[in-house]
Amino acid sequence: MSITVRFFASVRERLGKAQEIIDSAGINNVADVWKQSARTALPDNLLAAVNMEYARPDQPVRDGDEVAFFPPVTGGAP
Amino acid sequence: MTVRLLAAAFDPWQEIVRYQSGQPDLTGKFGATTVFVGTLRDFNQGSAVQAMTLEHYAPMTEKHLERVAREASERWPIDDLLVIHRYGELRPNDPIVCVAVWAAHREAAFAACRHVIDELKTRAPFWKQELTGEGRRWVAPEPKTK
Repeated sequence: MSITVRFFASVRERLGKAQEIIDSAGINNVADVWKQSARTALPDNLLAAVNMEYARPDQPVRDGDEVAFFPPVTGGAP
Repeated sequence: MTVRLLAAAFDPWQEIVRYQSGQPDLTGKFGATTVFVGTLRDFNQGSAVQAMTLEHYAPMTEKHLERVAREASERWPIDDLLVIHRYGELRPNDPIVCVAVWAAHREAAFAACRHVIDELKTRAPFWKQELTGEGRRWVAPEPKTK
């Protein structure tokens, strides 16, 4: 009964962790996962993904899902 | 259609030649090849850039790059498409990304190439961290421009 949570770039640095496993009890959606991991409300400017698809804060999360939080992407060419 | 992520420096021109010669089905089919290569500059937002680290979320990156490439191949009549993207440590003048498209005609080749590079910038989970004289800094996304 667990959810894998991953953090990238400045979010990873700010929280001081790249990954953790949390108990899925009491977790309903993406915003709940962030609250459990970061102990704060989910900031508006963060992006999230569930099982590697972009997700909104109210997207449901289920046991066994992988949830990721990261800043806006800056890939591609300059 | 091929998407590759590389940890080490690459020569896009050699990769394109090698890829094309490894696709015998392409021979005689294409009349147009378009190539976009993105290269690391030594300046950004007023500072000299000494190096850049490109972090990414594997395998979400591959998944979204493949989706963008597939979209392009469904939307335009193209014969083949190659996307190569770096991650890890880069130095100025290192190629970051290469998109090559083979098609019968140039219009589809240009449009598909442009679609892939424009879309991957906003959809593939990459984050740039620059090393400048003032230390390391995460690069903020640029406002949307065309």
